[in-house]
Amino acid sequence: MKTFPIGGVHPSDNKKWSKAKAIETMELPDVVMIPLAQHIGAPATAVVAKGDTVKVGEKIAEATGFMSANIHAPISGTVTAVDMQPNGQGLRQMMITIKREGDEWAEGIDLSTDLVKECNLSSAEIIARIKEAGIVGMGGATFPTHVKLSIPEGKRAEILIINGVECEPYLTSDYRTMLERGEELLVGTSILMKAVSVEKAVIGVENNKPDAIKHLKELAKGYNGIEVKALKTMYPQGGEKQLIAAVTGREVPAPPALPIDVGAVVCNASTAVAVYEAVQKNKPLVQRVVTVTGKSIKDTKNLLTRFGTPVSALIEKCGGLPEGDNRVLNGGPMMGRPMSNLQSPVMKGCSGITVLSGAEALRGEPSACIKCAKCVEACPMGLEPYLLAKQAKKKAWEAMEKNDIVSCIECGCCQFTCPANIALLDYVRLGKQTVMGIIRARNAKK
Amino acid sequence: MANRTIVASAPHIHGSLSTTKLMSDVIIALIPALAVSVYVYGWGVLAVTAVSIGCCVLFEALIQKFLVRGKQTITNLSAVVTGLLLAMNMPANIPLWIVAVGALIAIGVAKMPFGGLGKNPFNPAIVARIFLLIAYPVQMTSFALPSTEGFVDAYSGATPLAAIKGAMYSGNVGELVANFDILGMFAGNMAGSFGEVATLALLLGFAYLLVRRVITWHIPVSIFVTVAAFAAIYGAVSFDDPHLVSNFTLFHLLSGGVVLGAVFMATDYVTSPMTTKGMVIYGVGIGLLTMIIRLWGSYPEGMSFAILIMNSVVPLINKYVKPRRFGSKR
Repeated sequence: MKTFPIGGVHPSDNKKWSKAKAIETMELPDVVMIPLAQHIGAPATAVVAKGDTVKVGEKIAEATGFMSANIHAPISGTVTAVDMQPNGQGLRQMMITIKREGDEWAEGIDLSTDLVKECNLSSAEIIARIKEAGIVGMGGATFPTHVKLSIPEGKRAEILIINGVECEPYLTSDYRTMLERGEELLVGTSILMKAVSVEKAVIGVENNKPDAIKHLKELAKGYNGIEVKALKTMYPQGGEKQLIAAVTGREVPAPPALPIDVGAVVCNASTAVAVYEAVQKNKPLVQRVVTVTGKSIKDTKNLLTRFGTPVSALIEKCGGLPEGDNRVLNGGPMMGRPMSNLQSPVMKGCSGITVLSGAEALRGEPSACIKCAKCVEACPMGLEPYLLAKQAKKKAWEAMEKNDIVSCIECGCCQFTCPANIALLDYVRLGKQTVMGIIRARNAKK
Repeated sequence: MANRTIVASAPHIHGSLSTTKLMSDVIIALIPALAVSVYVYGWGVLAVTAVSIGCCVLFEALIQKFLVRGKQTITNLSAVVTGLLLAMNMPANIPLWIVAVGALIAIGVAKMPFGGLGKNPFNPAIVARIFLLIAYPVQMTSFALPSTEGFVDAYSGATPLAAIKGAMYSGNVGELVANFDILGMFAGNMAGSFGEVATLALLLGFAYLLVRRVITWHIPVSIFVTVAAFAAIYGAVSFDDPHLVSNFTLFHLLSGGVVLGAVFMATDYVTSPMTTKGMVIYGVGIGLLTMIIRLWGSYPEGMSFAILIMNSVVPLINKYVKPRRFGSKR
């Protein structure tokens, strides 16, 4: 069985807490706050003002340029504010606040659950619908999907890869989606194949999800050119570059090279379902499945949640926060972002809320580096985390650039594995951000 | 305590590895060899081991408390490993005060002055062994013959390496090589530092370290292959009988500190390279230097010197030998 070529770690997957829970629909919130920056690229520009009434699926903010994404109203009601509000990390950013009145959807959106297989649109039309629907990568990276599908001049896509890996421990939202919405996923995949003009698609799933593999394999028989591939479980296989290498054996060269340089386009499994809904049902991206999980969460769930719902409402729905210390994460425990403000809203990239409690919430005490080389062995990008961390401490930015810091994907394997409990990624991340700033400044000067 | 919301950056979980656990695994891996040594040389082995470990831990605790003045570090068990390895590099019947001097050199000279665990450029146990070899050559090379009578002292035997060194000067190497008891050497029936004789038990420890993923195969195997290849070529040039050539090769693999050194001393994290490519270069270097010293040097054994010399090359290896970056040519 295949996996990616270098590095990787085996965190215990902890999916058992929520994997058996079928997707439930979360109650509609009374008030939602919708950030204008929920994707990589320029924040969207609000097209509604205080006092406007909106229906579900109506556009409330428009993409600012190509590298951006539209945003639609997740509930119907009245816009009560367009102002700065604190996000999950407590930083203030522009948000649209809507007070709910009923649940009235905009016209032209097909809300039936009938499967629509036929799609006669051209590649350009498909991409236009995806752009209109505001779809971004739902695995967590939130890269605007229409940008990914617009193949640059002179490049050619050869294979579409659907990312059903979900290598983050705890999270099961993609897994439940694959099990419960397999048909939509496959139609979405066919549409994406058409969008990038490829004959072949591979859905990559790790072998810790045998039922999802079996189910999709069965369904895939009814579709041309779609193969379901079981991959050997290894973190961070869900990383775009790792997945491409695991599926095709090709390695994307160091930045600024992109997956398309090796002929690959990768989309997350939940994104493929969103694409199906956008293209076949004219339904914009207004909700997603969010796993609420953790060893001390009383009633873990996979909740189909409208964007803008406060994180605290989801946690309450699952039995509330346990007593004592808690680390609440937007995402999973390897790459998730810690939250200090639980009133902050669920956004497009939020695949799960993971709660680590008690001793689990605290970091271990660091000790001296014993040069065991475990971090070098674990790094899936072939970097030397111990060295990069040392150089970041010394602010040796130039040396860090020479040691390929920009290739770091911030997967956390180094820190996860370090026996001395050194916060390697803290230093490496700081160095990477600084070096990328230096590179940007240098390019701007040219 | 009130309910706190903890905010720290990713990753938010940690694997099960810790310095203490890794050190414990090394200790566990050395136990079979220690047990064989006790069986072969008697209880004296345990006396030497206890004094060596006790002194190493004591000196580290004292230096940390009164000179470095940081958090106590003995709980990471690295001083225990150093003590154990130092003991295994000595004859079973060595005076115990020499053992204490060795521990002082290992911890007080080779380790703590550089900043303690992780900062020392040279393997502390090797530094101490070489110091003792030069300072107390008689005591360090008066090896007890295998015995099961309990404490042994007073009588000494030549190690196989010393015997062959002697034979090289007198010119009857062929006869000696023909009569080597290779199987006996494998099981531990030879004179030497007590930790290095039990080849089979040491290899068992090697297997344990590999299974537990404490070390990778790169350093030990490249040392073994280099030593074997060098000995085979030298043997092929010196002897016509293929039986002698194979005996000579096995002899160099099994005698002296090759197995103990390759598996437990050369793989010391702090003083070995950070990349697999670097580890192979380092291992080949140790193998070559060992054989050069054994065949043309004045000392019968070259393993310790070879490791020490290659320790000094490690920073250079780390600087120039990089892992293969993802996306670059294979």
